[in-house]
Amino acid sequence: MSTFRGLCTAILFCLWPALSHAGNTDASVGTPVSSEELAKFFAIQPDGATLPPGQGTAAAGREIYAQRCAHCHGEHLEGIKEAGGPVLAGGRGSLATDRPLKSVESYWPHASTLFDYIWRTMPFDQPGSLTPDEVYALSAYILSVGKIIDDKQVLDAKTLRKVVMPNAKGFFDGSGPELDMYRINQSASPAK
Amino acid sequence: MSLNRNTEATAGPSGDDCPCKDGMKPHLELDRRKLIFSAAAATAAAPLAAAPALAEKKTAPPGAVLYDVPDDPTKEMGRGVHEDNGYGTRSQFETEVRVKADRPLDATSWTYTPLAATIGNLTPSGLHFERHHGGIPTIDPARHELYVHGLVDIAKKFTIAEIKSLPSVTRRCFIECSGNTLDEWSKPTGKNVQVTHGLLSTTEWTGVPFATLARHVGLQENAAWVLAEGADAAVMTRSIPIGKLMSDALIAYGQNGEALRPEQGYPLRLILPGFEGNTQIKWLRRLQVSDRPFMTHEETAAYTDLLKDGRAKLFTLEMDAKSVITFPSGEMMLPKPGHYLIKGFAWSGRGRVYAVDVSLDGGKTWAPARLDNVPEPMSTVRFSYPWHWDGKPAILQSRCIDEAGNVQPTRSELISVRGVNSVYHYNAIQSWAVASDGSVSNVHV
Ligand code: HEC
Repeated sequence: MSTFRGLCTAILFCLWPALSHAGNTDASVGTPVSSEELAKFFAIQPDGATLPPGQGTAAAGREIYAQRCAHCHGEHLEGIKEAGGPVLAGGRGSLATDRPLKSVESYWPHASTLFDYIWRTMPFDQPGSLTPDEVYALSAYILSVGKIIDDKQVLDAKTLRKVVMPNAKGFFDGSGPELDMYRINQSASPAK
Repeated sequence: MSLNRNTEATAGPSGDDCPCKDGMKPHLELDRRKLIFSAAAATAAAPLAAAPALAEKKTAPPGAVLYDVPDDPTKEMGRGVHEDNGYGTRSQFETEVRVKADRPLDATSWTYTPLAATIGNLTPSGLHFERHHGGIPTIDPARHELYVHGLVDIAKKFTIAEIKSLPSVTRRCFIECSGNTLDEWSKPTGKNVQVTHGLLSTTEWTGVPFATLARHVGLQENAAWVLAEGADAAVMTRSIPIGKLMSDALIAYGQNGEALRPEQGYPLRLILPGFEGNTQIKWLRRLQVSDRPFMTHEETAAYTDLLKDGRAKLFTLEMDAKSVITFPSGEMMLPKPGHYLIKGFAWSGRGRVYAVDVSLDGGKTWAPARLDNVPEPMSTVRFSYPWHWDGKPAILQSRCIDEAGNVQPTRSELISVRGVNSVYHYNAIQSWAVASDGSVSNVHV
């Protein structure tokens, strides 16, 4: 009997590592990383909590824009079709019309997205080459052309997160079922 | 198009040349058009009709090698094994290709899958549609790592070898760009089904479930959204609800039995069955777990759906029930009245395709089609429907019904809810008009 129990224990013991693999956590694969190593990445959420140090103004941004952006997005942010650079300002009040013009000024709900996107991938022909100061300056320039901030405003981690975009309230969560598809023509439904 | 037609008219219905034969494949026309252009440039004075045959002899289609064609293959010893150095090519007689959108910058552009020419349910890897926002990066897998951090217990990075050491799942599902069919909101625009619906492809993907990977980092209680980031020049980012990641997301490294193609995200791609293509981040390098979405460019400025009242919908991530007839479809030509087998694809991001109906009279009456493969969740189904064409004008339509009961809407149903400026997620019923001369074109009813 005791031999049998011993055998059972031995079998269980052998199975143990396999069983533990089936559990809910098993941290054996992968190499832990430090926050220093993760500092090479960024993603800026609307609260701006992870905005980097640095600052910039529209005046500085205008000059960088002329050198690095205008050949695709146009001197006046109007966009250049043949160069592929979309319009960056204008179109306010057009969203509910037959010819909506979606731009940073008219459409974007968060200023954080502007900083994140320019830093992430612009200029298109030299992606990832801008410093935080340059990105603050370019953001200030684009926002001031769109009359969202004053052209004297200094943008930094504190001020950028306070910028309220004109279309901030223009979006809603569309992830749920599209109940409008289930409307029945009123005249066709006599009783409520 | 008119050039195309004229050319065929010149070539005449004289026999083998007739584009009406061979299943009326539009790819023949496309390919011929390309060849005509190159041949016409080379032999400026040559008559147009003679050009295709001339050019066809000279160049192999992409992905093929040109060999001499013996009169009788039984009278000549064939090629030896391994002449292809161990990786096979397709036949030199197979010509279908992806076609490119007409955009100013090829690094942010797209190509369409030739839906009318693919065979079976899976899309060959080399014909899978593309959409990139910063071009295709070249990534050495030995130097590529996937970082998982944020609201996790242990922030970690994983090598490709480590990811491959974990239990994997292999499954089929479609990927559809939410911009598929976007030119059809206001008026019939795309000339053929490759252009109207070709941002759709179906693949057998292999990868590690996100839930499996999550065991190796540990998820914190308030984990609700995960930022997925690519290692391309767009450093593409999308926020994904954790519920989706935990239910069926894959960290994929396999596509149709081999490694992912570079343009599909080599060495790693996030697969989110049924979600819009843009969320299925290619060249995946980072997953950051958060308690809220990040509101990236691609989920605010782009890939949001503008409605008539000026408001826009965020996070419309599931692809709606949709279908399209691929034969006969735009730019094809039915040679004469008679028996035809209507064919097409149906799919839904909300589960299996449950049924497909076909209409021959522009949606007045409907009849069930045959499903040609067993429906699987978030995967395409091929359907077919036997049709006797009497030679009178007809309008062919198909509609998809998925297992959740969603029915593909008519154009007017869709537009009454969304307006015509929402760009993305157009899934209305497609109409192909067959004229009495047999020509097929895109129409709106
Ligand atoms: C080589 C051309 C080119 C240059 C130079 C360029 N861009 Fe762009 N930009 C583009 C393209 C193309 C897109 C759209 C990318 C896509 O398709 O995803 C874009 C998109 C943008 C957008 C998003 C617009 C929207 O509404 O979606 C912003 C903002 C932007 N660029 C800012 C800049 C800034 C700032 C610079 C200069 C530092 C710059 N760009 C330089 C081509 C360019």
